[in-house]
Amino acid sequence: MDKSTPKHAQGPLSLHIPEPTARPGDAPDFSKLTIPPAGSQARPAADTPAAQLRDCAYDLVRVLDESGNAVGPWNPRLSPDRLRKGLRDMLLTRVFDERMIRAQRQGKTSFYIKCTGEEAVSVAQAYALDPKDMLFPTYRQQGLLVARDWPLVDLMCQIYNNTGDRLKGRQLPIMYSVRDVGFFSISGNLGTQFPQAVGWAMASAYKHDTRIAAAWVGDGTTAEGDFHHALTFAAVYRAPVVLNVVNNQWAISSYQGFAGGDETTFAARAVGYGLPGLRVDGNDFLAVYAVTQWAAQRARDNHGPTLIELFTYRAAAHSTSDDPSKYRPENEAEKWPLGDPIARLKQHLIRIGEWSEEQHAALTTELEEHVKTAQKEAESKGTLGTQPASPSTMFEDVFKDMPWHLRKQRQEAGY
Amino acid sequence: MATMNMIQAINSAMDVMLARDENVVIFGEDVGYFGGVFRATAGLQQKHGRTRVFDTPICEAGIIATAIGMGVYGLRPVAEIQFADYILPAFDQLVSEASRLRYRSGGEFWAPITVRTPCGGGIFGGQTHSQSPESIFTHVSGLKTVMPSNPYDAKGLLISAIEEDDPVIFLEPKRIYNGPFDGHHDRPLTSWAKYPQSEVPDGYYKIPLGKAAVVREGSAATILTYGTMVHVSLAAVAESGLDVEVIDLRSLFPVDVEAIAASVKKTGRCVIVHEASRTSGLGAELMALVQENCFHHLEAPVQRVTGWDTPYPHAFEWQYFPGPDRVRAALAKVMES
Repeated sequence: MDKSTPKHAQGPLSLHIPEPTARPGDAPDFSKLTIPPAGSQARPAADTPAAQLRDCAYDLVRVLDESGNAVGPWNPRLSPDRLRKGLRDMLLTRVFDERMIRAQRQGKTSFYIKCTGEEAVSVAQAYALDPKDMLFPTYRQQGLLVARDWPLVDLMCQIYNNTGDRLKGRQLPIMYSVRDVGFFSISGNLGTQFPQAVGWAMASAYKHDTRIAAAWVGDGTTAEGDFHHALTFAAVYRAPVVLNVVNNQWAISSYQGFAGGDETTFAARAVGYGLPGLRVDGNDFLAVYAVTQWAAQRARDNHGPTLIELFTYRAAAHSTSDDPSKYRPENEAEKWPLGDPIARLKQHLIRIGEWSEEQHAALTTELEEHVKTAQKEAESKGTLGTQPASPSTMFEDVFKDMPWHLRKQRQEAGY
Repeated sequence: MATMNMIQAINSAMDVMLARDENVVIFGEDVGYFGGVFRATAGLQQKHGRTRVFDTPICEAGIIATAIGMGVYGLRPVAEIQFADYILPAFDQLVSEASRLRYRSGGEFWAPITVRTPCGGGIFGGQTHSQSPESIFTHVSGLKTVMPSNPYDAKGLLISAIEEDDPVIFLEPKRIYNGPFDGHHDRPLTSWAKYPQSEVPDGYYKIPLGKAAVVREGSAATILTYGTMVHVSLAAVAESGLDVEVIDLRSLFPVDVEAIAASVKKTGRCVIVHEASRTSGLGAELMALVQENCFHHLEAPVQRVTGWDTPYPHAFEWQYFPGPDRVRAALAKVMES
């Protein structure tokens, strides 16, 4: 035998580069997705050891079936009032997004990011958490603020960097910070808040508090080291934290295969860390609520962290600086097999006799008026280009107290 | 009052703060049960409990990220990075997060964290146990960078750092943990016990951040330095026979510009000494400050004695480390014109 021949040679090596199933011009192809029927997933007790929960990481928790019935053991049995408020908050988030996109196109701000198609993630998760729990969001969880009833005017002022901007014009639009409702300052650096949330949760446990933390990343960001750090620390210290991966299939132009999503689920990452990983239909308001509530309960009962993969689809462009028609089929969102979160909850409410098309149309009009009114108020305080405050504030808050060199630079700048 | 070396003083600072403030927690690799690879946290877990002083996974970014999260909650975390050479995995968390949090949130959130890390060479530490990365932190808006040169300052500065509401990078020159090293590596090391700075109060006291110390008064020239190089500079001055003023900056940034300007205006000559490599090192900023503030008082070009612009070599320890001979040569040069 020729000693230079490798034992298992199948010819020369080849490099695998992942490729999505459809590109612009192709018909959308979701045939590879396995979507189990709603109601078919067992609901284990919230104190079940992680090792017995491995299957959850590969399944998909679903409650709302194709006809809009809530079925199976994960049905959280929310009151119709709660569901109507959920529908309202999701719709308000969407209307807000639409108005702000238009404001960006009109040059009133430089930048915006929508969360279209992912409204159930933030709104239902906010409902399932306690109002005092600390949220470590990304830039695509504006629904958390809507669900916590934070005034839209305040968010718009930040987007416009106007005189009402509490962040004093320092931050890119949508990088909100709302301490009053436990919404942590958003950073442009992806994933950094994931292990920070673990630290916050460790502190809460250290102080024998009852509050827990929740954090979000997208599918793309799971590839960052901070994702690994968060899971390691969360597991080691059994931190009371709910770690969420919003798998919306796309990281700007890269499909989730470039984060390793073709090889396994994102929920399955948890298995290797010894955590429960649950995968949930992210467009199913009831399923998202139920799974988040389960994880929050687990954390509050000192059973530690949970990783949740919220399986959804980024229906809009990544941001106002992005054109998805350059890398994916234009009608892909419409073909997404899990549908639209607002349409599905609406269908359910109508199905159970707690909602109607007329009410929905009226609500839509009401919310559009509400957002318009807020926008008017926000714009009365200026839009991009009007100064948010004296530029002298540019030198404040770098440190708690302004050191000599910043005082000097402020003076040099003429303030 | 007790006699302490630098490790004992640093340990004492943490002991005092653990007792004083239940929001103080200490963690890092090997800092808990074992008490730290340099013994800086020895006995603290036994005394204060496992939830207050604990070991972490080997993950610098995770250590700093969780410290930030704890700081946001309201704790005062003191995180240890085993060697300053290994702080770089945490660079994103320090630069993009800890330093900017107060600013980007309009003052809503901040990270009152202290990051302790042993730094500096002169110990045959090679490339990854010898570095002096201070200038990569002094360049970051929102961070405070501190480096003590003796036990008394180490404790007082560390207590200030822990109580500080801004993030502080606390660099500890490991070469002088046990005794002041003057660069004469061929001579036996003297222990801190023989020096007055080893007289350290047992209890709480602070040395303010942002204030330099004049460790030797003089009129012929000024040396601006910090850390181990304070002792190297003092030795060089003694050997030179010149009446040189030596300033220990202690706080590297924000730096005590008034102390710097007062001294250089008095002497008219300035030598800057640090272990870190030269290009874009802190010395460049100090030179610029001297030029901006003391131009009309300068009688000679400012000199810099620094590590070379190379990675820190193992076998060439004493050719790399800026010892007293090089400081003396710079003094001679600055006195020429």
